[in-house]
Amino acid sequence: MQEKVPQAPASASGKGPMLLALRGVGKVFSNGVTALSDVDLTIREGHFLSLLGPSGCGKSTALRLIAGLATPTSGVLDWRGSSSVDRSNISFVFQEPTLLPWADVFDNVWLPLRLKGVSRAKAAPVVMEMLARVHLTGFEHAVPRELSGGMKMRVSIARAMVTKPRVLLMDEPFAALDEITRFKLNNDLLELWQDEHFTVVFVTHSVFESVFLSSRVVVMAARPGRVFKELVIDAPYPRNEAFRTSPAYAALCRQASDVLIGAINSTAGPHHDGH
Amino acid sequence: MTAIEEHVLRLDPEEARRVRQERLERIGRWVLPLAIMILAIWLWDRICVWNDIPKYILPRPGVVLQTLFDDAGLLFSSLLVTLRVTFLSLLLAIVGGVGLAVLFAQSKWVEMSFFPFAIVLQVTPIVAIFPLINIYVDNQTTKLLLCAWIVAFFPILSNTTLGLNSVDRNLRDMFRLNGATRWQQLRYLRLPAAMPYFLGGLKIAGGLSLIGAVVAEFVAGATGQSSGLASRIIEAGYRLNAPRLFAALILISFTGILIFLVLSLISHLILRRWHESALKQER
Repeated sequence: MQEKVPQAPASASGKGPMLLALRGVGKVFSNGVTALSDVDLTIREGHFLSLLGPSGCGKSTALRLIAGLATPTSGVLDWRGSSSVDRSNISFVFQEPTLLPWADVFDNVWLPLRLKGVSRAKAAPVVMEMLARVHLTGFEHAVPRELSGGMKMRVSIARAMVTKPRVLLMDEPFAALDEITRFKLNNDLLELWQDEHFTVVFVTHSVFESVFLSSRVVVMAARPGRVFKELVIDAPYPRNEAFRTSPAYAALCRQASDVLIGAINSTAGPHHDGH
Repeated sequence: MTAIEEHVLRLDPEEARRVRQERLERIGRWVLPLAIMILAIWLWDRICVWNDIPKYILPRPGVVLQTLFDDAGLLFSSLLVTLRVTFLSLLLAIVGGVGLAVLFAQSKWVEMSFFPFAIVLQVTPIVAIFPLINIYVDNQTTKLLLCAWIVAFFPILSNTTLGLNSVDRNLRDMFRLNGATRWQQLRYLRLPAAMPYFLGGLKIAGGLSLIGAVVAEFVAGATGQSSGLASRIIEAGYRLNAPRLFAALILISFTGILIFLVLSLISHLILRRWHESALKQER
């Protein structure tokens, strides 16, 4: 419980106004695969929520449903009483940086604003500020191929944040990066989150990453994809390198790891979905 | 030079060998084809002399060159006529090819319905179609343009269609999430993504539009109305003027090479910052 800690977003204990609830959400693909089955999940304003699970547990599908990139087969998404998504409040960060290779860093970050009709001159201060926030000042005229993997991901994050979204959806954004770069980006992401008070739904298959970042971890199991257990990560923010090496972090990781193993073992046989 | 040698001295033998190899390859790329060309021309000249071949059968290279200068006025004015048809048809091929590709990209159904007809147009030999065009079209230039266009537009259409459909799935999702309109998606995503494919098609179409123009003139030349390079060749053939025939042929070849080089340069300039094909290899 850390409601009194200044700058800390909503408490880790599950309080705070509800932003979105998934109620009995299921998704069956046309090839008969049940990607998600009867998922109940509440996402609260200002939380950093991770979806953790083995591949095939439907965590990316859940994220795409939330983004409105797919529609559920059953169940509802309840955005505070509304079933539709206001997309201007949502940003998505993909596993790959997903940048326009022909456009420079500035144009890539400008893009979401440009699509909303904001001119280059008008967007410039916002874009430059965002680039400064992800430590890319001076790289605005570089094209993606001139950047390292970590820098490309920073551009991707800057692009997602340039519209000041209330919800940031991230689909294993750092999975392809080396550990040192990943740690740095973890730290910077947390800093950004604490400053801007947005909500994050973060998909990962890394126990360590989910525990380090999140206020809540939802462990999912596969075949069919479902919520296995929710964990509250009861450690104060800001979290930094000291937290990463602390016994408390190690204990939380161990706890999450045990739950994840339980989730993996709960999958009864390799061909459970009956098709 | 000394700086390079010093640099080489500090390298281990394997690396030094690689540096030398690279330098040799760079020079060889230009010198070898040039040397072969000079050798071939020399051999051509010798064969003429050794066998005492008359110049109306096979002229010596020197005579061809002389003809190129002597008939420059005639040949270059003809070249200009051919070039006009070539570039106009290439321009129309770009407009038509890209326009149709964009239309196809609007809907899978449109593409499925009309693409086969583009293939039919492509695989039917232009020489076989020309008599029909000759019946239906009166204007000489229009005839030639139509012919060259039919030959040249397909690679642009086919490549651009492929490019417009080859956009990264995540990028498409990203545009969707940001509420991009169809037009915005085309303008900011699909057209730039199709650029490398389009430029590849353009390089092929450049050569084809020249071929199309010359072939069209050939077929039209039978009626004696054309004044392009092809009709000069036909004319020279009737008169057994082999030197002029060769001169015209060389002019066409060089024009083709020049068109290819210019289009390659344009392609390189557009893609050099971002596309794999235009990047310098860093081993």
